[in-house]
Amino acid sequence: MSAVQYEPVIGLEIHVQLSTRTKMFCGCELSFGAPPNTRTCPVCLGLPGALPAGNEQAVHFGLMIGLALGCELAPRSVFHRKNYFYPDLPKGYQISQYDEPLCRGGALGEVRIHRVHLEEDAAKLVHVGSSGRIHGSDASVVDFNRGGTPLAEIVTEPDIRSPEQASEWLKLLRVTLRRLGVSDVNMEEGSLRCDANISLRPVGSDQLGVKTELKNMNSFRFIERGIRAELARQEKLLREGGQVVQETLHFDPASGRITSLRSKEEAHDYRYFPEPDLLPIAISQQMLERAQAAMPELPAARASRLQEQHGLSVESAQLLAFRDELGDFFENALSADADPAPPAQALANWVIVDLTARLSDGQSLTDSQVAPDALASLVGLVAAKRISVGAGRQVLDRLIEQGGEPLAIVEAEGLGALADDGELSSIVAEAIAANPDAAERVRSGNAKAVGPIVGQVMRETQGRADGGEVSRLIMEQLGV
Amino acid sequence: MIDRDEVLHVARLARLALSEREIEAMRHELSAVLDHVAKIGELDLQGVPPSTHVVEMTGALRPDEPRPCLPREVALGSAPAVSEDGAGFLVPSPQA
Amino acid sequence: MSAQELLTLSAAQAASAIAAGELDAGELFDLYRRRAAEHGLRDGGINCFTWLSDEAHSGEPATDEPASRSTADGPPSAAGLLTGVPLAVKDLFCTQGAPSQSGSKILEGYEPPYTATAVANLQAAGARLLGKTNQDEFAMGSSSEHCAFGPVLNPWDRSRVPGGSSGGSAAAVAAGLAPWALGTDTGGSIRQPAALCGIVGLKPTYGAVSRYGMIAFASSLDQAGPMTRNVADAALLLSHMVGRDERDATSLPFPEPIAITESLRLDGVTLGVAAELSSGSGALAGGIEPGVMKAFDATLKLAEDLGARIEEIRLPHAPHALAAYYVLAPAEASSNLARFDGVRYGLRVERGAQRDGGRGADSTGATDGEGVSGVANGPFAEDRGLLGMYTRTRHDGFGAEVKRRIMLGTYALSAGYYEAYYGRAQRVRTKIAQDFRSAFEQVDLIVTPTSAGVAFELGERTGDPWAMYLNDYFTVPMSLAGIPAISIPCGLSGEGLGPGGRGLPVGFQITGPAFSENRILQAAHALEQAIGFDGRAAFA
Repeated sequence: MSAVQYEPVIGLEIHVQLSTRTKMFCGCELSFGAPPNTRTCPVCLGLPGALPAGNEQAVHFGLMIGLALGCELAPRSVFHRKNYFYPDLPKGYQISQYDEPLCRGGALGEVRIHRVHLEEDAAKLVHVGSSGRIHGSDASVVDFNRGGTPLAEIVTEPDIRSPEQASEWLKLLRVTLRRLGVSDVNMEEGSLRCDANISLRPVGSDQLGVKTELKNMNSFRFIERGIRAELARQEKLLREGGQVVQETLHFDPASGRITSLRSKEEAHDYRYFPEPDLLPIAISQQMLERAQAAMPELPAARASRLQEQHGLSVESAQLLAFRDELGDFFENALSADADPAPPAQALANWVIVDLTARLSDGQSLTDSQVAPDALASLVGLVAAKRISVGAGRQVLDRLIEQGGEPLAIVEAEGLGALADDGELSSIVAEAIAANPDAAERVRSGNAKAVGPIVGQVMRETQGRADGGEVSRLIMEQLGV
Repeated sequence: MIDRDEVLHVARLARLALSEREIEAMRHELSAVLDHVAKIGELDLQGVPPSTHVVEMTGALRPDEPRPCLPREVALGSAPAVSEDGAGFLVPSPQA
Repeated sequence: MSAQELLTLSAAQAASAIAAGELDAGELFDLYRRRAAEHGLRDGGINCFTWLSDEAHSGEPATDEPASRSTADGPPSAAGLLTGVPLAVKDLFCTQGAPSQSGSKILEGYEPPYTATAVANLQAAGARLLGKTNQDEFAMGSSSEHCAFGPVLNPWDRSRVPGGSSGGSAAAVAAGLAPWALGTDTGGSIRQPAALCGIVGLKPTYGAVSRYGMIAFASSLDQAGPMTRNVADAALLLSHMVGRDERDATSLPFPEPIAITESLRLDGVTLGVAAELSSGSGALAGGIEPGVMKAFDATLKLAEDLGARIEEIRLPHAPHALAAYYVLAPAEASSNLARFDGVRYGLRVERGAQRDGGRGADSTGATDGEGVSGVANGPFAEDRGLLGMYTRTRHDGFGAEVKRRIMLGTYALSAGYYEAYYGRAQRVRTKIAQDFRSAFEQVDLIVTPTSAGVAFELGERTGDPWAMYLNDYFTVPMSLAGIPAISIPCGLSGEGLGPGGRGLPVGFQITGPAFSENRILQAAHALEQAIGFDGRAAFA
């Protein structure tokens, strides 16, 4: 039994459906959930004589993706035909890009980008009378509505080393694409699709092992599970002295099983050649400027800005940056110049922890009644000890239910913090008297024993007293 | 001379069934044509760029504006086989 | 006007007569419709039409949004100028509501839901669709013998071919069954049949006319063009065809209106004659027929009499054009014809598609016993399901020549052969275009015979593919360079052949730089008047 340790080498191929109005090469409107075959024309049905005409906006989105990933944008790129027969491919070839893609190189986070290119999506093939698995069905039905939807294919270098890293990185890519506004990036609906190229190699080796391509991982969970399963399969194979065969694999989330997709046909030979019906895309200065002008602040950049500008912790900054609505809520609250002003980190915590915890699943910040400036003044009041943390949470509950002004709620419900106007001292005194043995133990140096006394004070004051102030008074009156 | 296996391989790629008679004929005819075509192998084409398009221009892209689609009954009008609900193109299973 | 008088009117003359109210468009249409039905069909005719319009169809404009709009940035289409003049259209143009089969069994009876831009533009200008003309299947051929619907006969001699692939359009015009026609040219498919039928045929600059709705053969070469009785008609028809079409990304706005003057001189025009394309060189087995050479030289002499200067030029790579062409065109065709898969339209043959293993059961009834029996026991007999449907549909649907080119093109693009064949052919194409560019720095236009010989006999060359491909020797170089070229009749050749034994037509080809259509037409017009060719001998 060899003791060799293996290292995963993973690269991803991501297909992104671009949210243009029309298809890649014809004027058919993109539609989700339109009745089958109601969004077609001679071009996307591959009728005899029809010709493709490239969609300007798809190229624009492609350039934005290239800019976001720091790619080198090709001044001239070429469409190729990828020839193969399948019922969801009406022309018998897919118009894609081959050796002259729109974008090359670049990186997102720690993962380098190999290329980004444009192509057209296939139609939908439904296998009649089957559980949805291909094998064993007699006939299939083709719906060409999806056929011709613009796709950007993003291919990474094999820089990923674990299933977890793969899904984490894909999340970063997704928020980046969402921020760009070029796609719905919804994995369940297939507007973001991910295949993984997976291989193992002995730790320390710089050679690449034989890779397999794993398809159909249509959620982040499945991506982790699928890659993990394939890595296990490969490691078992290698440990048993076997060989990994280069092939395309299909991950079945239900069974967790991995099956080979190799058809009875011999290996594919796509016979790529330059698409004669389309001329090379030349990126004009004007197109470039338009793409640059359309670039928003990207999550990674926003995270570092939030750290530097507001001194937030790395975690808080990323959480806010990767969830636009949280980030926007936070920055709006901060700029509401509430008086007293909330400290940035405290405000961030309230947004990330208390606020999100109180939003029911699926409920978005924007549906809730809380206004950013309301949260700002609430956090301001808590920070200034004008109300206790506990009271602050009660106020937040009200805000989420019916919105409104924190100060008003505080007064209406008498949640204002008790300063030591004597009332608090006497409540403390009563509490000490009511817990003699606890008091005794505290006097004899057991600070932890103060619990029951504090508890009574808090009960008496319904949480309006400031915890720090209460324990100060207890210690004072106990003379410790 | 192209051999039988090459003919069969290419016919598979082209999804074209051939009868034994056609396979034989194809071997000879393709070989004959390729012999003539092979003459371009004699030319010195060092550093000559391939031309994909003769007219030197780059692609005029289309504005992202919708055009009317075909009514479904028209789209399916010429289909050799249609699904029972009349909504889609019916094809034999990809893997029978 | 008597029928005979009507028949002698050129299309342009007829158009202005109708515009002037001196001629009833319906009368003209009926005359041609009658003649086409009597002499143009398969039974007892020359089989140049595969479909004839009835009155109802004739004037119908495209119901698809008028494509003429999309040529807004082209020259203004003087709508109405063609009012009522019947037009014969090659089968491969999609015409809504009329069969568009590209001469193939795989598209038998197919009626597209839209109309090709070139046809729609002409209809918008008033042309009336007379019928669809027969052609070599998917335009792959030089004799119009590779037709699913039977061969076209040459009206000059029905035992001979009209050339191809636009043989139906050429024969229809030559026989006086249509005033004019649309053809398409990929490697000579307008010019060579025009030459063999004694009419005028022009292949425009690549990109000048929209290819949208033309059932594709080779996308980087296909061009639509006019096939007419004289040069003036060609200019008129072309003027309504050119222009940018946003549906065809490779189309371009034409830089100037198409027009010719009445000038009949060639003063100051330099015509280039290339050794490679006038003696034929080694690449052209058998060389040029003496009678063709005689007519060509006589035309050069006429050109000089009109004031032209003749200069020797070189086109060193022209002899290799044919080889490059027969890699590039089949390669593109193999991909363009992949869409004929039995899924969305056209023929479907399903055998062994069922899970029971389909012991030869035919699950659709679509069948061609002969075709299927042809593969029933071969290496493809076991194909089932989708694969079985694909391979049988395409086996039964495509004719021998189309299969040959699909195989050739697939081979040339397949792994391991791409650079040796396709890659090299593209580089040869570059050299050929360069040859022409430098030649046009020296001369205004280049002239060649259109074809090495006159119309040959039916079946004479179907046995030997390369012998057939050699028909394109003089026309393919211009196609590869994407430049315009016209063929005009320049005389007869062949003792004892043709009507009265006076011979068969010979074609004279004139080519020029991209978008030099007006200069080519002008020169052709002048020569045409000097030649005084009379094609009426072929009228049915």
